[in-house]
Amino acid sequence: MSDLLSLSLADVTAKLKAREVSATELAETALNAAEASQPALNAFCAFDRDLTMTMAKASDAKLAKGEGGLLEGAPLAIKDLFAVKGVETTASSNILKGFKPRYESTVTEKMWAEGGVFLAKTSMDEFAMGSSNKTACTGHVVSPWKAEGSDKGLTPGGSSGGSAAAVSADLCFGATGTDTGGSIRQPAAFTGTVGAKGTYGRCSRWGAVAFASSLDHPGPIAKTVKDSAILMQAMAGHDPKESTSLPNDVPDFVAACGRSVKGLKIGVAKEYRVDGMPEEIDALWQQGIDWLKAAGCEIVDVTLPHTKYALPTYYIINPAEASSNLARYDGMRFGQRVEGADLTDTYEKTRGQGFGAEVQRRILMGTYVLSAGYYDAYYLKALKVRRRILEDFENAFGQVDAILTPSTPSAAFALDAEFTDPIQMYLNDVFTVTANIAGIPAISVPAGLDASGLPLGLQVITKALDEETMFAVGAALEDSAGFTAKPKKWW
Amino acid sequence: MSVTTEDVRRIARLARIAEPTERLEALTQELNGILTWIEQLDEVDTDNVEPMTTPVKFPLPQREDKITDGGIRDDVLANAPKSEEGFFVVPKSVE
Repeated sequence: MSDLLSLSLADVTAKLKAREVSATELAETALNAAEASQPALNAFCAFDRDLTMTMAKASDAKLAKGEGGLLEGAPLAIKDLFAVKGVETTASSNILKGFKPRYESTVTEKMWAEGGVFLAKTSMDEFAMGSSNKTACTGHVVSPWKAEGSDKGLTPGGSSGGSAAAVSADLCFGATGTDTGGSIRQPAAFTGTVGAKGTYGRCSRWGAVAFASSLDHPGPIAKTVKDSAILMQAMAGHDPKESTSLPNDVPDFVAACGRSVKGLKIGVAKEYRVDGMPEEIDALWQQGIDWLKAAGCEIVDVTLPHTKYALPTYYIINPAEASSNLARYDGMRFGQRVEGADLTDTYEKTRGQGFGAEVQRRILMGTYVLSAGYYDAYYLKALKVRRRILEDFENAFGQVDAILTPSTPSAAFALDAEFTDPIQMYLNDVFTVTANIAGIPAISVPAGLDASGLPLGLQVITKALDEETMFAVGAALEDSAGFTAKPKKWW
Repeated sequence: MSVTTEDVRRIARLARIAEPTERLEALTQELNGILTWIEQLDEVDTDNVEPMTTPVKFPLPQREDKITDGGIRDDVLANAPKSEEGFFVVPKSVE
């Protein structure tokens, strides 16, 4: 039974449809494997066996009648940022401990409508602020991957690290993530999985814990490019409850995976060759260029001159929006409250004890850049540079159909790696953050292994509303790479 | 620009976060590290550039001004740290 778990989402839904396996058997198997992995990987933060089995039974009933949606009967993991009705949702923060939403996020509602089965909530960096999954209030997630000849625990990346670990370890058939600066693509690259985000507004943010609203993109983490397209197909679509939700029809993402890339123009920007980048990342990038050339693409040099300003811009806008969004955690209406001498003291104690160090740092930074006297110098300046970065992309997409870059500047680092200052952690997102700033589609596809046997990813970025080209080029890279490596089971 | 520990104390107060005095020094250093790093944005010419607050290119949707929700008091109160007889219970805020 357990080898069923190594199937792709596309293959397992075909087996379910053919009644070669039942949704209840599959859910049982996935739950057992997920629970058994907890002491070693710690990828999950909440289970609800009754809910899982109820959903699986409902899927079996539909499948028996020859009905069922895109995801019918497949157990899927949900990042703890998404509200699942009745299941504890904490964004991996102590301040939300015990919070059980009485509503369902739009993204998960759409997935359940397509027959997806809730497996468990996955752990993340607290409020999605981080690239290592070390700031989760339930302890860090351990990557299923190990460097050759080493037993050291590695980060699965972050912030969607629990989702990436769960997919990579074959504990589910796909997972949701959210990507604000790279939080889907970086963990996907670190774990040999596929991570994608669409155009800003393609997947509704309603019912997802708000972090930096103009940068937050829900999206899937999956085993294959096609699986990621199936998941995004289910997650995407207009949501009248969300004012920035795209009104456009959702294209056929799954069909796009089979599209020819012959004749496409692929941009390569020298600005993505950063100082101190390991040679193997550079070599993989060149390999990706060669693969796409062989597939009939034309490679074009493009320039994105404001790339180096993307991270500093992000670290003004992101904390500014986060400090506003996180003002709601006041201990009055939901979440934890720490009683103080008076109202202000209660607020301060609640937030001082409920938020972890990185969350506090971002709120303070955001409060500062938005405060009187500094607003123009920092926040307004960043908003203007943000437009410059968008213009870079618009210019480039006047010449090319997609841009190819490495996903991350390194492979996964050790969980005990010391970072002397917060900026070192921020640099993980150097290649991914630009797509959030511009609000455009981007996917990370596993493309090779580094010298110590750890996965590396390549990223494809396309213009707004053109997820189809993203999936087509992603699938072409996947075909050429023939990436089949899996972590050796030790958990 | 850089911040002093006094600034950080003031910002923490504005953000309603109790920061223990012994944390202030480290926080000040961290924030100053980040502020120095983001100063490179000064190199970018942003004269006559329109600030970009969102990637959304369509106007905010409008709808008829009518009630579409409600009657969910118990749901709203379900996660309250303290509630009584259909109300949130909060510390006294008016003297």
